[in-house]
Amino acid sequence: MSSDVHTLTVVTSSSPAARLRKRLFSVFAHVVLVGASIVMLYPLLWMLSASFRPENEIFTSSSIWPSSISWDAYVSGWNGLKVHFSTFFLNSFIISGLSIVGNLITCSLAAFAFARLEFWGRPFWFAMMLGTLMLPYQVTLIPQYVLFHQLGWINTFLPLVVPKFLAADAFFIFLMVQFFRGLPKELDEAAMMDGCSPWRIYWKVLLPLSMPVLVTAAIFTFIWTWDDFFGPLIYLSDMRTYTVQLGLRTFVDSTAESNWGGLFAMSILTLVPVFLFFLFFQRLLIEGIATTGMKR
Amino acid sequence: MTAHSIGATNAPVVRAVPSVWRRLWDANAGGYLFLLPWFIGFLGLTIGPMISSLYLSFTNFDLLTPARWVGLDNYTRIFTADPKFAQSMRVTLFFVLFSVPLKLAFALCIALLLNRGMRGLPVYRAIFYLPSLLGASVAIAVLWRQLFAGDGVVNDLLAVFGIEGPSWISNPRYSLWTLIILAIWQFGSPMIIFLAGLRQIPQDMYEAASLDGASKWRMFWKITLPLLTPVVFFNAIIQTIEGFKSFTPAFIISGGNGSPINSTLFYTLYLYQEAFAFFRMGYASALAWILLAIVAVFTAFSFLTSRYWVHYEQ
Repeated sequence: MSSDVHTLTVVTSSSPAARLRKRLFSVFAHVVLVGASIVMLYPLLWMLSASFRPENEIFTSSSIWPSSISWDAYVSGWNGLKVHFSTFFLNSFIISGLSIVGNLITCSLAAFAFARLEFWGRPFWFAMMLGTLMLPYQVTLIPQYVLFHQLGWINTFLPLVVPKFLAADAFFIFLMVQFFRGLPKELDEAAMMDGCSPWRIYWKVLLPLSMPVLVTAAIFTFIWTWDDFFGPLIYLSDMRTYTVQLGLRTFVDSTAESNWGGLFAMSILTLVPVFLFFLFFQRLLIEGIATTGMKR
Repeated sequence: MTAHSIGATNAPVVRAVPSVWRRLWDANAGGYLFLLPWFIGFLGLTIGPMISSLYLSFTNFDLLTPARWVGLDNYTRIFTADPKFAQSMRVTLFFVLFSVPLKLAFALCIALLLNRGMRGLPVYRAIFYLPSLLGASVAIAVLWRQLFAGDGVVNDLLAVFGIEGPSWISNPRYSLWTLIILAIWQFGSPMIIFLAGLRQIPQDMYEAASLDGASKWRMFWKITLPLLTPVVFFNAIIQTIEGFKSFTPAFIISGGNGSPINSTLFYTLYLYQEAFAFFRMGYASALAWILLAIVAVFTAFSFLTSRYWVHYEQ
């Protein structure tokens, strides 16, 4: 991957002094990078280790090696609130799962129309779609709240999920349009010759070829929905409907001072699903960001 | 819908020329059917609410009683008699002004280091990317609150060097900086975009330059940076908009009210308070439209000035 960089240096500077300089630079660079990595990871590792410590040891050392492993904090945290974290996790998984389904279906439909179909006004609607990417959500927030309030959807998952079934996450439309445009147009032209309807082209030709972008969109939908705090904060006030993020926040407010261990344990648990996705789909996530220049 | 068929008398097959409507339908229905969900969302969740919130911004509205038209009152009060608006604006601008350039500088420096064909690039990249993936969650804000507390880890580490640190999060002089540091900690995603951009720069340009005897330093300023400006521009826009929208960390770290003494009262936090703590929804709508205006002006300004410093290939 990086071999051209090396050959370049070999061509231009092959004297021993230059090679030594390069070696020294490489050592220097690794020192910097390792140092930076430690700084980046230390907070996370510290919290992980704090979650395994007995309560009285949490603040006595900034080392990341616990003297003994204790699961107490996980038990006390899990049951630390009136409603247990199992409910919060279940709620979060339901909302994230439905959001994935909604986003994949409706965003890919819209993206197919923008990328492959000819219709009157397409450039205009495409520009509108891109415009919504830049729109601060606060501008639509209050009327949306009023609308959902009037529909009686407060304290249900509907305000969080229904927008995903209306392709409200324009970012994923954009991501999929970019991907569809990269697929050879001859494919659908050939299918069209064979008398395929647009629907069949979408369903039988393009979607099966689009697994990478669909998986990327699914994972980012999961992570963003899982991490979403603002939506649940305004729409969910009954504790039984809380997501993990709201559960954590309630934990901070109510019991944190007496149960730091539990708070850290639950914090770690809420990070686990995201971390697992990162572990197994890192390449897709990084490519997704690199090709489209994604936020966050 | 008059299907007026022009009869071709001699032809064995009589073809009906479809009507204008029929042809319009055939040419467009497919596209609009595929767009239908997005369209409903666009009208019902974006355009409709935008118009409605613009209207609400000229009213007093508390959700329970009907909105009452007050003309420009909300805006006049915001600009002339609302110290919290001014404060939240200061906080947000300060945050954006420091967090975005610092974050991008870190991202670019690390990307440049990694791009020199470092061994272990995938590992480093993963480590640096992880915080930006986790950073938006409440858990990380909880962690930050602890790290920078008076008896937190940062002060423990400082104590090793004999420095007695203050309680960073409850001291108004430093509280905003803890949030800026949290933002910088998440430099991973712009770094990845920078890395992708660096890959795009053709190697033969460097070869030609080094044959001409250009130094590495000169090559950076004359080749790398100019060719990278579109990526810098992109990252700057995205991160700035993100900065204006940032909410969760400030909410969690300040306990939901921008404390201590409003030093972390982000604009989004103030708007949230007005709308959902005090139910002054008309006033909050006005705040939202001012935010939109600021983001729009900023974006337009960036695009207008971009042609003077962003290098686009023909």
